[in-house]
Amino acid sequence: MLTAIITRDLKCVSHNLSSAIQPIGFFILITSLFPLAITPDTETLKIIAPGVIWISALLATLLALDTLFKEDFIDGTMDQMFIVAESLYVIALARIISHWLFSGLPLIVMSLIIAVMLHVPAHAIDALMVSLLLGTPTLSMVGSIGAALTVGLRYSGVLLTLITLPLYIPVLIFGASCISADLAGLPWTGQAYLMGAMLVLSITLAPFATAAALRINMS
Amino acid sequence: MISHYTESKNHTPTPGQARSSWVWFHRFGSSSYFYRFATLWGPRAGWCALVLMVIGIYMGLFVAPPDYQMGNSYRIIFIHVPSAWMSLSTYLLMAASAAIGLIWKMKVSFCVSRACAPIGAAFTFCALITGSLWGKPTWGTYWIWDARLTSELVLLFLYMGYMALDKAISDRNTASQATAVLSLVGLVNIPIIHYSVEWWNTLHQGSTVFRMDGPSIDARMLVPLLITTVAMNLYFISVLLNRVRCELLDLERRTQWVREVVNG
Repeated sequence: MLTAIITRDLKCVSHNLSSAIQPIGFFILITSLFPLAITPDTETLKIIAPGVIWISALLATLLALDTLFKEDFIDGTMDQMFIVAESLYVIALARIISHWLFSGLPLIVMSLIIAVMLHVPAHAIDALMVSLLLGTPTLSMVGSIGAALTVGLRYSGVLLTLITLPLYIPVLIFGASCISADLAGLPWTGQAYLMGAMLVLSITLAPFATAAALRINMS
Repeated sequence: MISHYTESKNHTPTPGQARSSWVWFHRFGSSSYFYRFATLWGPRAGWCALVLMVIGIYMGLFVAPPDYQMGNSYRIIFIHVPSAWMSLSTYLLMAASAAIGLIWKMKVSFCVSRACAPIGAAFTFCALITGSLWGKPTWGTYWIWDARLTSELVLLFLYMGYMALDKAISDRNTASQATAVLSLVGLVNIPIIHYSVEWWNTLHQGSTVFRMDGPSIDARMLVPLLITTVAMNLYFISVLLNRVRCELLDLERRTQWVREVVNG
């Protein structure tokens, strides 16, 4: 069932590539606004780069969250999946995984280009990769709870942002400081371990909360 | 089959025996009982809070000595610290009653949780405002991106998110369950947010009351602080009970007991 839903999502995305690319375009656009607004100076960009990349990643993830369950919920697919799977947990987990595959993973690839554009030195790329690899799945997990809570609302974009962003703060802090520490030549494994811990915790708890939120809205 | 049935029947205690110790709790599940309880105790708690607050503020402003470093500016502590404590404990109560509501499907419990949110947000706001007013003479600035200030700010965002979600969902039952899930998610997140922010930046003075070797604060300052804390708790109880009364009247407006209450 898990793989069936993910395969279906893959097909949906391949039929509608433009909407899947939108968050990535958003990510690139937001990051390129920062040099325009602050300064094109190389040294300054290097300092703000971790924060810029992480805030943009956060917002790009949020953008893709709004439709995470909504389309399936409105056209009744969710009910059909629930009848077949008999477990909202599996549906929630599958949708979270495909959300990460189609928004988190491309974002990580794109961040390599962004890092070069923001003059992040090559030795900090590994910290960037590790922090994004550990952090973006956590964002998808935690964000899915907000998406499930607001699934029944027609205009939920701002509300979703309001309830999800405070929960993203720990990921933002450790993600950005992981890269900053590496840029400053300091060890960054501590931050990476903490991000790993947050990922494990969110994998353990978030799908249950998401499933509970979906059940509340489906009844 | 039959023997098994009789055996299990013999082991089943009579309802009265099993529940007797929890009767006081189950009674609160009844809306009309809770309404009567709140009507009785809400105003009493309010009056006690007023008296204690006057005493505590008087002692804080006139009896307690000035601080050797901060002079008289520290006296805002008698409002600041209790409201900061209350902002957290209100969230705990909100999440706990939300959990009770989700698990045992108690309407009253959802009402308590819902009533907590605006009060908690007000306490958080009060703690932030008094904190920034206190920060100006002691730190030289109204706002610093310090760990405790930041996590208090995030707490305010959590309350605002709760209230926004509550307002957005039109169906009452769905709204109370959805906000309950949100408050529990926030409860798991609060310690993580707190420690991550603490790790990120710390300037705020350490705790001077909860320490292993006893409070390091002067007794003449501690006593008014404790009095205002108790007063703040009683004030919270009073406002909470009043809000729950309104919630219950609104929720059960079609029932017999509300008609009796309204018609006198």
